[in-house]
Amino acid sequence: MTSYTLDHPTLGHIEYRDRKRYLWLSSLFMPLFPMLGIGLFFVTGSQWALAVPLVFSYGVIPFLDYALGSDTNNPPEEIVPQLEEDRYYRVLTWLTVPMHFIVLIAIAWFVGTQSLTVWSVLALAITAGSYSGLGINTAHELGHKKPLFERVLARIVLAVPAYGHFCIEHNRGHHKDVATPEDPASSRMGESIYAFALREIPGAFRRGWAVERERLARLGLPVWSPRNEILQSYALSAVLQGALIVAFGWIMLPFLLVHNIWAWFQLTSANYIEHYGLLRQKEANGRYERCQPHHSWNANYIFSNIVLFHLERHSDHHANPTRRYQSLRNFDDIPELPNGYYGMYLLAYVPWLWYRVMDRRLLALPHIRGDLSKVNIAPDKREAILARHGQVAGVTA
Amino acid sequence: MACFRCPGCGYTYDESQGDAHEGYPPGTPFEDLPEDFVCPDCAVREKGDFERARE
Repeated sequence: MTSYTLDHPTLGHIEYRDRKRYLWLSSLFMPLFPMLGIGLFFVTGSQWALAVPLVFSYGVIPFLDYALGSDTNNPPEEIVPQLEEDRYYRVLTWLTVPMHFIVLIAIAWFVGTQSLTVWSVLALAITAGSYSGLGINTAHELGHKKPLFERVLARIVLAVPAYGHFCIEHNRGHHKDVATPEDPASSRMGESIYAFALREIPGAFRRGWAVERERLARLGLPVWSPRNEILQSYALSAVLQGALIVAFGWIMLPFLLVHNIWAWFQLTSANYIEHYGLLRQKEANGRYERCQPHHSWNANYIFSNIVLFHLERHSDHHANPTRRYQSLRNFDDIPELPNGYYGMYLLAYVPWLWYRVMDRRLLALPHIRGDLSKVNIAPDKREAILARHGQVAGVTA
Repeated sequence: MACFRCPGCGYTYDESQGDAHEGYPPGTPFEDLPEDFVCPDCAVREKGDFERARE
């Protein structure tokens, strides 16, 4: 196994082996998991087999997160530059890009050529959307990197979920405004995931479009330009999804509609749980304090992290957005979710249960300790939340 | 012409080069960048955070 060493002037000899090195292949092959459902269908002849990938995502992964627990592997900060330079890791992210195309085309072929019940088509559209939503995670990892090649790959893979504005809006919008009331991609205490989706999806689109329009204006170009990077990705989506309709018929219209919405909703789900209720304070100069580790919720569970390119080590990601997945570190005393992302998505889909679990956890955070002035609260729920959790000194409406 | 470096991710704005992708032509002084300029690579450091790297 590759070993990284460093003779540090004050810390002495440092040696580090990445025990997760080959486990990262899970993130590469995870997008192909729906193929197992199709394979099992051909073996068993039962359409129930098509539900296996969804059961895996929403049942098996949360259980494995619970059973296998936390990940103690943490690269020393001094070793991070060497880990970053190891090309093995980045090649895995590059190879993940075609996986998302393969699986969408394969499921579309299956839907277009087999005689299926409406429920099976719906399950397959949700499955495809769920795994194309994973494509946004792949684009997230690639789109934060500096090399143009990786940013272009991000634009390409975003064509699968038809969400070409994501990288621009996320990098230049969400990372700047995270954990503030101004951010459409940071959820507020008391805001259900469904209310959040209606604010986040259009808000993110508007912000991404505005950022790209400003960049093009500086270049003296109109927003409807071939150099508009959002439109480039959308064009590829139109070609891909148009070709699926031509190849497999009108059944693709409802299939792709559900697929796209569910893929977008996967990003909504991630955004919802990543910063729920967390709030950066305003400084005397009117600017928000810099994003701190306690402004993100983390999930340091080994299993869901190795299938999500470490997305769940979210505090380090916001502190160092260009840092590669293999180098992200866990820290003690940061907001921690009680299960991995997939388990938390399920919880979020049942708002009353989400509030019951998360509101208490949010208010107990060491930097909040019940002080509601340090919480990002949904304006329409403010009165009810103040009434329920009590006015704390310093709280203003 | 000076260079200004993002203390977070190391992105360097070289005044003599500008930043073609972002729409700042060669020779654009750092001080002429918009006040809401954020690091084009990491977006978590703002104009006022940048450090002068070298002349």
